[in-house]
Amino acid sequence: MGSRHEISLVVNGEERRGTAPARTSLADFLRDTLGLTGTHLGCEQGVCGACTVLLDGAPVRSCIVLAVQAEEREVTTIEGVGGPDALSPVQEAFCETHALQCGYCTSGMVLAAQALLDADPDPSREAIDEALGGNICRCTGYVQIRAAVERAARTLAEEAVPHE
Amino acid sequence: MSESYRWVSRPGNIREDRRFVTGRGRYVADITPPGTLHVGLVTSPYAHARITGVDASEALALDGVVAVLTGAELAKDTDPLRQYLAVPEVQWRPLAVEETRYAGEWVAAVVAESRAVAEDGAELVSVDYEPLEAVLDPEVAAAPDAPLVHPAHGTNVMAHREFRWGEVDAAFEQAAGTSRVRCRWNRNSTVPIETFGVVASWDRTRDLLDVWASIQMPQFPDQLAHALRIPTNQVRVHFDVDVGGSYGVKRGIKHGVLTGYLSRMLGVPVKLIEDRTENMHGGDFHGPDRIFDVELAYTADGVFTGIRIDVIDDEGAYPGRSPLQLAKPIGAIVGPYRIGGVAYNATAVVTNKTGQVAVRGFGQSPTNYAIEAAVDAAARDLGVDRLELRRRNFIQPEEFPYRIPSGTEYDSGDYPAVLDKAEALADLAALEARRDEIRASGRLAGIGVATCLEPGGGNAIFENVMNPSNDKTTFPEGCRLRVDADGQVTAVIGISSAGQSHDTMVSTLVGEELGRDPRTIAVIRADSLTGMPSQSPVGSRMTIVLGQAIRGAADELKAKVAAIGAHNLGVSPDEVGYDGGEVFVRTDPDRRLGWREIAVIAHRKQHRMPPGIQPGLEVVHVAHTPRSGTLAAPDGTVQLYPCYSFEAHLVLAVIDPGTGRVELDRYFIAHDCGTVINPDVVRGMVYGGTAHGIGVALYEQFAFSPDGQPLTTSFMDYLLPSAHEVPDIADAEHCTPSPFTSLGQKGAGEAGYMGAPAAVAGAVNDALAARGAPPIHALPIKPSDVWSALRATEEQGEK
Repeated sequence: MGSRHEISLVVNGEERRGTAPARTSLADFLRDTLGLTGTHLGCEQGVCGACTVLLDGAPVRSCIVLAVQAEEREVTTIEGVGGPDALSPVQEAFCETHALQCGYCTSGMVLAAQALLDADPDPSREAIDEALGGNICRCTGYVQIRAAVERAARTLAEEAVPHE
Repeated sequence: MSESYRWVSRPGNIREDRRFVTGRGRYVADITPPGTLHVGLVTSPYAHARITGVDASEALALDGVVAVLTGAELAKDTDPLRQYLAVPEVQWRPLAVEETRYAGEWVAAVVAESRAVAEDGAELVSVDYEPLEAVLDPEVAAAPDAPLVHPAHGTNVMAHREFRWGEVDAAFEQAAGTSRVRCRWNRNSTVPIETFGVVASWDRTRDLLDVWASIQMPQFPDQLAHALRIPTNQVRVHFDVDVGGSYGVKRGIKHGVLTGYLSRMLGVPVKLIEDRTENMHGGDFHGPDRIFDVELAYTADGVFTGIRIDVIDDEGAYPGRSPLQLAKPIGAIVGPYRIGGVAYNATAVVTNKTGQVAVRGFGQSPTNYAIEAAVDAAARDLGVDRLELRRRNFIQPEEFPYRIPSGTEYDSGDYPAVLDKAEALADLAALEARRDEIRASGRLAGIGVATCLEPGGGNAIFENVMNPSNDKTTFPEGCRLRVDADGQVTAVIGISSAGQSHDTMVSTLVGEELGRDPRTIAVIRADSLTGMPSQSPVGSRMTIVLGQAIRGAADELKAKVAAIGAHNLGVSPDEVGYDGGEVFVRTDPDRRLGWREIAVIAHRKQHRMPPGIQPGLEVVHVAHTPRSGTLAAPDGTVQLYPCYSFEAHLVLAVIDPGTGRVELDRYFIAHDCGTVINPDVVRGMVYGGTAHGIGVALYEQFAFSPDGQPLTTSFMDYLLPSAHEVPDIADAEHCTPSPFTSLGQKGAGEAGYMGAPAAVAGAVNDALAARGAPPIHALPIKPSDVWSALRATEEQGEK
């Protein structure tokens, strides 16, 4: 099983600590040690993108990042994006366009979209496909997901206009 | 649309979405009762081998490993899993006994304190094998001298049925011409992003097995109980578990039996979450794997007169329910076309591959692909435009209900109007101009067409068709409606959902039926012991059959409300009307009683209740599938499903001649599923099913080496379409209501997938034809296939 390590990191703005064997993935640490089950595991091989979280603001596949690699770093999971009473513009747009069905890939998809819009507030269609291209959705065929990202970009642009 | 509804057919308000976008879904992997142990699996490295010894001592010595279970030990105390054909010698068990019959088959289970340690332990279990000859090719397997997958059964052919309906001999004898295609639908599956998982917890003080599973399967609780040899009322399956995609395949009966057994043995909850490789090769979740030989007969004018379909399906090692997927297409065996004579010869064989299970459409999409390939071949042979040939042969709107030769009556449809809609949506002239421009630029381009049916309202009569000794005809759904003393409405259903937005569907339908705002209606999942009979969301059936149960429950509830209202208004029940929950005297509408007051009377005021009426406002209605209840005739004719949705696809494919890579440039669908309950949900189904069909057409295949080793064990080699591969899809909806459902609705859960493989293949073949290359009739069409076809044509030209 190997050595156990004390890990401290910032998750969704809060300092969190836990111990885990060195081989523990960040995804397993978030789910099993911290109880953040909004991060879902689809392939555990770094391909499907379901487990995407933000590590210091950049999207990573938490199934192939070790928990110890997140030591002293900042992690954002779906729980940190927005709760049911305070949806983020991306989450709101996903609801408005029905950009999901079973919900299993949705956490990773929302975070990938969030990372895109953080970096590129007005993404082209190609940029959207590029940002979401590593996140597999088996339910939707992506049509309503693309629409959600475009809609969220519009909302964010409107919010960014300074009020008189 | 003739009816107007208050809430039905309105977009938005999908109540599940808020939960999922915040990561608050509750999937089986999220459920870990205190004290849970975890399962790791030892799997067979051979496609066919005799197990000569299992040594678990090293695994048991590992810190954290609690137990190791072998197939022989499990078999002593359990019964084999259910077979739907009469094949008693074929024994399907969670862990292999004596022989393994495919690479990846489970041989032993290791139970440990964590999933990681269980996997470590599985690596330490030493199994001795004596390799046996394997058979991989279904046509070889069907031959008399083939190595046998189940020697006790005596043959690899599990079922062979020959059907002839209508004037098929005359059709072929008198045909002006026929077109024939041999098509290969290679092995693929739905491969949900969530693997299968199950938690089982045996309570020995109450004799109750609690099960939480990622399940979409009829009779799962019963089959668990039977295999575990415990009474059916000692298994409680919880349906308030979110299923992370299924599309038919989430039927982990062997997973359930294994964990249920281990939990009883160890006295603690036991959890099994497949990893991706186990899901792709050990779960028995593969889909249809078929070779078709189709011949279409027609007159000199291109009017279809007969069709012959020979199909052989490779079930993998354990047939289970999968051979029944050869029978469902009998209900739409002529597609949307008027064809008077049909010969259908279906053969199910076993090979040394992973077992097959129900996949989206239950065999219909492969058959649609074969029919459409034959129609395209006829268009080529006759030199007739593909759309024109389809229009010439469509069943016409005034002919419904229309009985096809195999006995099923299509309920309703307007195929010419839907194809017109697709053509208008695509702006076909512009699409053709774009195709020609692309061709002029040096790339290949082609337009694909498919027009096909989605049977909806699934029943299980195909069990009887493939196995006449099985006389099951009942396949119901139920709904409980309860109104509490405050007048709040709760709808209780007994199923789990895998993305179909059932909470939205149920609240919308209950709201519409009762005239109450759907946003105020709670939807709750009962478990298998407190719920109503249900067969789960298979066969595009929930809006139809559950819709019928909701109609029945609402009618009964409204009758009770009216009786209480009438009694308190001093009139007889036939003198009152019902309006959004209020009861009024028809001749004097100002005399009325409110919903809330009636609810209070029903719960608390016996002195104001009419005699003979039970207190409370609670009803349960269990509905049959519409149009079911009749066994198949000896010639196989039968009313299969009650409702037939229709879809027309037009797609433009562009091919790089250097690499053979296919890119889909434009995609259009017109779709008719009758009355739409929620347009956003239906569109999502159409888009998603189409994307799934694109995967089948171009990317997805479970491939095996000649000795039966799986070559596709991750998403790096089994390719699911990403946003890069799925173009924007434009969908136009048409509504031809079904006369047999509560509001005219039909099925939609398999939409898009029904026609996309045929349409995409047709587009590639149209592109190849323009270069003089022959059509490709095997899916998926890989770049190497396209490249080879082009290369062969070039070489031909050079000679």
